Amino acid sequence: MATYILRRVLYSIPVILIASFLLLWSVRQTFDPCAQFRTSQGGAASVARCRASLQLDDSIFTQYGHWLGDAVQGNLGQSQQTNAEVSTTITSAFWYTIQLIFWGILVSALLSILLGVYSAIRQYSIGDYTFTALAFIGLAMPPFWFGLIAIQFLSVELKDVLGTSQPVFGFVGLHSGDSTGFNMDYVRHLVLPVMTLTVQIIAEWSRFQRASMLDTMSADYIRTARAKGVPRRRVVVRHGLRNALIPLVTVMALDIGALFGGIVITEKIFSIPGMGRLFLTALLQGDVPVLEAWLVVTAIFIVLFNLLADVLYGVLDPRIRLS
Amino acid sequence: MTPDRSSPPDDTADLSPVDTASLTLESTIDSGNGPLLSVRDLSVSFQTDDGLVRAVDSVTFDVHENETVGIVGESGSGKSVSSLAILGLLPRSAKITGDIVFRGQSLPALSEKEMEKIRGKEIAMIFQDALAALNPVYSVGKQIAEAIAVHDRDVDKQTLRERSIELLDLVGIPNPSERVDQYPHEYSGGMRQRAMIAMAISNDPALLIADEPTTALDVTIQAQVLEVLERIQDRTRAAIMLITHDLGVVAGVVERVVVMYGGRQVELGSVDDTFYDPKHPYTEGLLASLPRLDRRSDKHTRLHRIVGQPPSLIHLPSGCAFHPRCPYAEVPGRCSEDRPELAEVAPGHRSACFFPERVGSLVEEPA
Amino acid sequence: MTDERTSTGSRPLMPVGVGPALPVAPGDGEFEIASHAEPVARSQWQLFWRRFVRHRIAIASIVVLLILVLLCFGASFFAPFPNNQQDLLLGPVSPNGTHWLGTDELGRDQLTRLLYAGQISLKIGFAVAFISTVVGTAIGALAGFFGKATDQALMRATDLFLVLPAIAILALALEFFGHTDTVIIIVLAGLFWMSVARVVRGQVLSLKEKEFVEAARASGASPLRIIVRHIIPNIIGPIMLNVTLGVAAAIITESTLSFLGFGVQPPQTSWGNMLSDAEGYVGTSQSYLLYAPGLLILLTVLAVNFIGDGLSDAFDPQSEKH
Repeated sequence: MATYILRRVLYSIPVILIASFLLLWSVRQTFDPCAQFRTSQGGAASVARCRASLQLDDSIFTQYGHWLGDAVQGNLGQSQQTNAEVSTTITSAFWYTIQLIFWGILVSALLSILLGVYSAIRQYSIGDYTFTALAFIGLAMPPFWFGLIAIQFLSVELKDVLGTSQPVFGFVGLHSGDSTGFNMDYVRHLVLPVMTLTVQIIAEWSRFQRASMLDTMSADYIRTARAKGVPRRRVVVRHGLRNALIPLVTVMALDIGALFGGIVITEKIFSIPGMGRLFLTALLQGDVPVLEAWLVVTAIFIVLFNLLADVLYGVLDPRIRLS
Repeated sequence: MTPDRSSPPDDTADLSPVDTASLTLESTIDSGNGPLLSVRDLSVSFQTDDGLVRAVDSVTFDVHENETVGIVGESGSGKSVSSLAILGLLPRSAKITGDIVFRGQSLPALSEKEMEKIRGKEIAMIFQDALAALNPVYSVGKQIAEAIAVHDRDVDKQTLRERSIELLDLVGIPNPSERVDQYPHEYSGGMRQRAMIAMAISNDPALLIADEPTTALDVTIQAQVLEVLERIQDRTRAAIMLITHDLGVVAGVVERVVVMYGGRQVELGSVDDTFYDPKHPYTEGLLASLPRLDRRSDKHTRLHRIVGQPPSLIHLPSGCAFHPRCPYAEVPGRCSEDRPELAEVAPGHRSACFFPERVGSLVEEPA
Repeated sequence: MTDERTSTGSRPLMPVGVGPALPVAPGDGEFEIASHAEPVARSQWQLFWRRFVRHRIAIASIVVLLILVLLCFGASFFAPFPNNQQDLLLGPVSPNGTHWLGTDELGRDQLTRLLYAGQISLKIGFAVAFISTVVGTAIGALAGFFGKATDQALMRATDLFLVLPAIAILALALEFFGHTDTVIIIVLAGLFWMSVARVVRGQVLSLKEKEFVEAARASGASPLRIIVRHIIPNIIGPIMLNVTLGVAAAIITESTLSFLGFGVQPPQTSWGNMLSDAEGYVGTSQSYLLYAPGLLILLTVLAVNFIGDGLSDAFDPQSEKH
C-alpha cells in the first residue's frame, strides 16, 4: 500500500511540473505581463523594469525557473490590478471554493449512491424510471441555466408565493449581512449554489452507481451470500454496495476537474468571491500573476484529489492494495 | 402449492436404510424414513424477449439422509436452475410450479425470511468458479465467519475466527491460521474451492448442494476436492447433491444418478444400474463418450460422440427433446410426436424413452 | 459546471449494467454478434438496424432533431421576422400573438433570434463532434496499432489535460485565438479528440490480436488497409456513440463559454450567447427571455443523448433496454 501511494505521488510530480510549465507559457503567450505599465506615465522605463524583473527577454525556460523558484517559497507575485499579494488573494478565495467543493461532493456522493442503489434494487419500478428521466434531463441541461432558473423559481417566485420579505434561499454570497459561521443563514445560502454545482454530477454519478450496482448484484458472490442465508438488506449493503463503490471512486476522481469547472459558473451566478470568480476577473483583466497562480494551484489541488481517490481506491479494493 | 404426498416414494432397493442414531443433531427432527428432500414435478420457466424459456420441466426426485445423488447433464439441461430453485435463489422473474419438500416442509411456500433461516444452515451450496463466488473485498476468514454469524448471533469474534481456522484446516488448507486473513485472490484455484466448501459446511447442513464444484480445476485438484467432499460427508453425515456435466466425476462418488436433458429428467437410477445398463440413449451416449480404462480398446473402438448440438430451450424439439440426436429414434413417429414420460424399466430405475430396450448397442458393440 | 465530462475518459456516459442473471439460452446466436470479434457482415447491419428501430425514443429524437435543423437552417424562410430587425420603439414585450416568445430590449423578436442562433449552436455542436471524432479515431487507431511511442505520448497528453478544469483551458485558449465560431469549433475539437482517441485506442488494442486481423496481415494487407477496412468497421459502434456524446458536450460547453463571455461574441448569436445577458433578466419583468434558449439547448442535447442511447443499445444487445 505504501509503495502504491509513493508511486502515485512520484508520478504526479512531473505531471504538475509539466502542466505548470505549459500553463505559464500559454498565459504569457496570451497576455502581456507588463501591460499595466504601458498606459502609465513614464511607460517605457516602467515596462523595461517590469520586463527585467520577470526576465521576459530570457527564454521561457529561464522565466519558468524564476517563477518556480519564487513559487516554492510562497511568493506568487502581486496582482497587476489590485497590487495585492497573489498568495493572500488565492488563500481567501480558496476558502470559499473549498466550502462549495466539500458540500458539493458530500451531497453528490450521498444522493448518487442512494438514488443509484434504489434504482438498481428496484430496477424498472416507477421510481427507477422517474430517476432515469430526471438523470437524462440533468445531463442535458446547461448547469448555468439550471442555476438561473433555480433562482427565478426558488428564490424570486417562491418569495412572492409565500409573501415573505426575504427569499427562502439566498442567491448572493454564502451569508447575508454580517452573519458568519455555520448557521441557518449559511444553509439557506448554500442550497441553490450546491444544487447548481451538483445537478449534472448527481445525474451522472447516480446513473453510474445504478449500473455498477446492477453489475455487482448479478455477481456470483451475491448469490453465494444469499445461499449462506445472509438477510437481503445485508446482502445489498455489505456485499453489493461495498463492491459497487469501487468503480464509483474512479469516476469521482475523474470528475473533480469538472467540479472545479462548475465552480466558475456557480460562483459567477451566486456572486461568491471564490476561485471561480477570481479566475473570471483575472482572465477578463489579463492579470497574469493571478492567472498563473490560479491555474497552478488548481492543478495541484486536482492532482492531490486524484491522489486521495487512489488511496481510497486502495483501501476499498484489496486486490489493488496487495498487488 | 401443496406437497404431493400421493406420489410413490422414489426409493432404490439397494440403498441401506438410514441409521438415525448416527445422524447429526439437527437431522433427527424428521427422522422418519421419508426422504430428506423431495422434489415433486418441479418446473421453472422464464419470460424472455424471445419467448418463454422452460429451464426445468417436471422434475421429480428424492434425496435421502446421508445419501449422495448426482445430477448430470450438459449446460442448459436445467440442473443448476433446479438447485437454485431448491434454495429459492432464482430471480423474481422465474415462474416456479411443483413442490420442493425439505424435512416435510414445502420450501416454495416459505417466506423469504424463513428461507434465510434454511439457507446455509440446513441446506448449503457450493458453487462452481470459486473466484467469482467469493467476495473479493473480504478475507476468506471473514466470509466463513459471516456464514456462521448470520445463523448464530451469539458467537463472539474470537470464536468465529477460531472456527474459521478449524474449518479451513478441515478442508485441507495448509497454514490455516495465516490463510484465514488472506483474500480470495491470494488463494490458488483449488484452495478457493476448498474455502467454499469450508464456508458451506460451517453450520453442519443436512444437505449440501455442490454445483460443478470441480469444473474449473485441474484433474489432480479435482480429485482432491472430491476427496474433501467425501471426507466431509463421513464426518457430518450430510446428504450431497452433486451437480455436474461430467459422468466421470459422478461415478466414484454418488449412489444414485439423475440424468437431465433439455430441462427434463431422462433417466434416474442407482449408479450401477445407470452406468452398466443405461436405459436412455442420451445416458448411453454420455457414457460412450467417456474414455474408459476398464475396457480394452482395440483399434476399431473410438470415442463416441453425440451428434448435433444441445437443444435451445426456446425452441425445444417436439416429442422427445433428444430425438434429433438419437440413433434409435423413430422419426417421423412417436419420438418426434409424443413426449415420453419417466417410466420404471427395472426396480428403482426409470427412463423417459419409448424404446429403452433398444439402448445398449452403442456401449456393447464396437463401432 | 463542465460539460466535456461526458466525453472525457474512456468510460461511457451511461455505463452498461448487466441485468439480473437470466438462464443461458444455448444456441441463441444473437448474443454472439456484439462481441465485435467477427468481421462485419451485412446481416450484422440488418440486426443493428432492427434493434435501433425498436428504440422508439431514439427514432422520435431523430425526428425532433431533423425538425430543429430544418427550422434553424431554413430560418430565412420560417422565421416570422428578418434577422436582427430591431424595434427600439417597441422595446421588450412579453410573449403575445405577434411575438410568440416576446422581444428583447432592442425589440428583436426572440423566436427569430432563436432560429438564427440555432444555426451557430448546431453548427458548432456537429462540427466539433465530427472533427474530434475523425481526428481522435485516426490518432487512436494509430496509437493502438503501432503501440509504444505514440501510445505513451497520447496517454501522457491526456493525463496533463485531466489536471485542469476544461472550462479554464478553453476560456484561456479562446482569449488567445479569438472568439469566432470557427475558432471555437477548432479549440473545442482540439480538446475533445483525446477522449475519442482513448476509446478507439483501447478497442484497437484488443482487436488487433483477433484472427481476422492476423489473417489480413498474413495475406499482405498494408497497416492502413487493415485499419480502414478491417478494424474501423468493427468499432463503428463506439465511434458513433462518441459522435453523439461529442455533439451534446460541444453544445453545452459552447453555451457555457458564451454565458461566461468567452464564447460566441455579438453580433454573432448562439443559444448560449442569448443567455449571456440572462443573469440580468432573473427576477425582472423580462424573465421570459430566460426560458426558450435554455429549453432549446436542453431539447437538442436530450435528443442527441437519446440517439446515442439507441445506438449503444443497438450495437450492444446485452445492454439494458429502456
